[in-house]
Amino acid sequence: MAAAALLRRIPAARAPATALMAARTISDSTAPLTIETSVPFTSHIVDPPSRDVTTTPAELLTFFRDMSLMRRMEIAADSLYKAKLIRGFCHLYDGQEAVAVGMEAAITRSDSIITAYRDHCIYLARGGDLVSAFAELMGRQAGCSRGKGGSMHFYKKDANFYGGHGIVGAQVPLGCGLAFAQKYRKEESATFALYGDGAANQGQLFEALNISALWKLPAILVCENNHYGMGTAEWRAAKSPAYYKRGDYVPGLKVDGMDVLAVKQACKFAKEHAVANGPIVLEMDTYRYHGHSMSDPGSTYRTRDEISGVRQERDPIERVRKLILAHDLATPAELKDMEKEIRKEVDDAIAKAKESPMPDTSELFTNVFVKGFGVDSFGADRKELRATLP
Amino acid sequence: MLGAARRQLGSGPMLGQVLRRLRPATAAAAEAARGYSAAAREMTVREALNTALDEEMSADPSVFLMGEEVGEYQGAYKITKGLLDKYGPDRVLDTPITEAGFTGIAVGAAYQGLRPVVEFMTFNFSMQAIDHIINSAAKSNYMSAGQISVPIVFRGPNGAAAGVGAQHSQCYAAWYAHVPGLKVLAPYSAEDARGLLKSAIRDPDPVVFLENELLYGESFPISAEVLDSSFSLPIGKAKIEREGKDVTITAYSKMVGYALQAAEILSKEGISAEVINLRSIRPLDRAAINASVRKTNRLVTLEEGFPQHGIGSEICMSVVEESFEYLDAPVERIAGADVPMPYAANLERMAVPQVDDIVRAAKRACYRAAPMAATA
Repeated sequence: MAAAALLRRIPAARAPATALMAARTISDSTAPLTIETSVPFTSHIVDPPSRDVTTTPAELLTFFRDMSLMRRMEIAADSLYKAKLIRGFCHLYDGQEAVAVGMEAAITRSDSIITAYRDHCIYLARGGDLVSAFAELMGRQAGCSRGKGGSMHFYKKDANFYGGHGIVGAQVPLGCGLAFAQKYRKEESATFALYGDGAANQGQLFEALNISALWKLPAILVCENNHYGMGTAEWRAAKSPAYYKRGDYVPGLKVDGMDVLAVKQACKFAKEHAVANGPIVLEMDTYRYHGHSMSDPGSTYRTRDEISGVRQERDPIERVRKLILAHDLATPAELKDMEKEIRKEVDDAIAKAKESPMPDTSELFTNVFVKGFGVDSFGADRKELRATLP
Repeated sequence: MLGAARRQLGSGPMLGQVLRRLRPATAAAAEAARGYSAAAREMTVREALNTALDEEMSADPSVFLMGEEVGEYQGAYKITKGLLDKYGPDRVLDTPITEAGFTGIAVGAAYQGLRPVVEFMTFNFSMQAIDHIINSAAKSNYMSAGQISVPIVFRGPNGAAAGVGAQHSQCYAAWYAHVPGLKVLAPYSAEDARGLLKSAIRDPDPVVFLENELLYGESFPISAEVLDSSFSLPIGKAKIEREGKDVTITAYSKMVGYALQAAEILSKEGISAEVINLRSIRPLDRAAINASVRKTNRLVTLEEGFPQHGIGSEICMSVVEESFEYLDAPVERIAGADVPMPYAANLERMAVPQVDDIVRAAKRACYRAAPMAATA
């Protein structure tokens, strides 16, 4: 039954004249394709969207490519961290790629996204490039925050990506504030504020949700439930782990966060809802392969069987690969070639990022203020080092 | 006759005005009066803040107000009176009693380029939102290398009121002024309130604006220039409220009035005190403070807040670093008592600087002190 549903498709339009070139199998077709999500949506005080998701071969291949690029970037960051080129905190997103990619497919750059510290892939999804990502991780001038932010503080304002926040839960009221501004300016856009199952218990979240509901702000609260808040499993932290229901009077939807098409459908639904009616909660059932951060092996509070089980059964990239192959949109060899290209792209970006120098020492004192009035600022020994803030 | 005038008028600036009118027209009197020359009328601090908010909201549609009771209640202290009627509920927003939530929302709106003015009913409640003030607002421009600027103002009453007890009386100047990326302002007079609030709202950086509940009802003479809607005062510049040559007294907010009273008393005893109204706690006008100390050679720092790690500590250090050779006496410090604010009126009086304390410290700095009281 499921297999039949998977194989349901509309034949791709191919001009007869190009039949001779039909040896090329990678489809760039934009003919619509309808695919069913892995599981139906579960909803709270709202009618869920349909399980049938409209996509195209081109989009599926873009999904594969984008998620593979993110996967590769995070794995490369792991190596760079172990080589001590990345310092401090490094929170990796591998396993959760479908959330970043599916969300981006459902929205526009007029919509805003804000997240916490597991932000590298959202930055890429919003149009950030690999070089500036790796350079920021290594604290170099070419970094997206010129080396002054680090892993947890990636931003891309021109794409309405507002970071990159280190304080658990703070990004949710901030995100509701972004939604406030969108409503204030009468824009027909919405804000997606991402947080984890750990942050879901934060009081300020409920404060912001209350205000968003009262003022009908176009805010979508997206709980990326990877089931562990650092080392604490959700059942030990939350009396009610039904995060999509925690909005109480605010509707919610539970989504298979490993299914990029389900994520896309849910985000499209949520945006329409939020712009018309105010806040909505999305719970993405997802999983991170790495530990909480590079300091956490991730295996003291979960079994290796669980981790490999998810990788085998629910990996988001493998799901899309199967779809692509089942619909004959590309051959296995072509997908492998794509992955090889991506590996090279990532390696090249790292090499380029490594060439970027560390920030000039004068950068210690830049951007403290937008307008510093020529006031003094000081180094550790102010008789040795002081500067004027422009 | 002067004594009678002093008894009838309780508050600082009124006293100063009356004494200026009664004093013979000497050069000193003319100098002191210069600060308030061409007074068009009188204005309370409350009215000054209200008109500043009104004018800035009128000039820039991205300015909006948010806070508890700012709208329908007309403001807990009536600072926002009339603004809901004038600008509507989209721009004057009553919030639930959830500081962390609404402050975060305001900062997020500022990320997007709106210009929120957030009212804390008192700054004691700002502690519930302090993570957003410091981590979400103050540091964002730096962490994002200039991408995310935060043009927000956090305003409200700060410091002791009268009889409100320990949880409602703390001064937060030292806490917020500690943080790079924040600007911290503390007006004293109506002119300060108007000029500094307008500058704060126009400023592209996060500003903590520390008012004082007991000053809201005080009237000050105000010139036509100050009444103009384009009026503003520069951030980072102190004002010499009263010129003098023997000892410098630095103060901010309500304590400026007390310092002026102390200066009057000291002048009777032949000590000419220079009173500096800091206006800006961060950036601190170190140049003005040091220039004054280089002239007078003596310094008394005055503040209402807790003494340890307070504003006076920073001012003293600045003077030691830059003007050590000019000091003829150790720096004196007058601050609130190092205890949570008590309720009983007699204890409360002991917990906050009084004019006598300032006079005594200034005399000590001038080596004119009476023998010191024995410690308990």
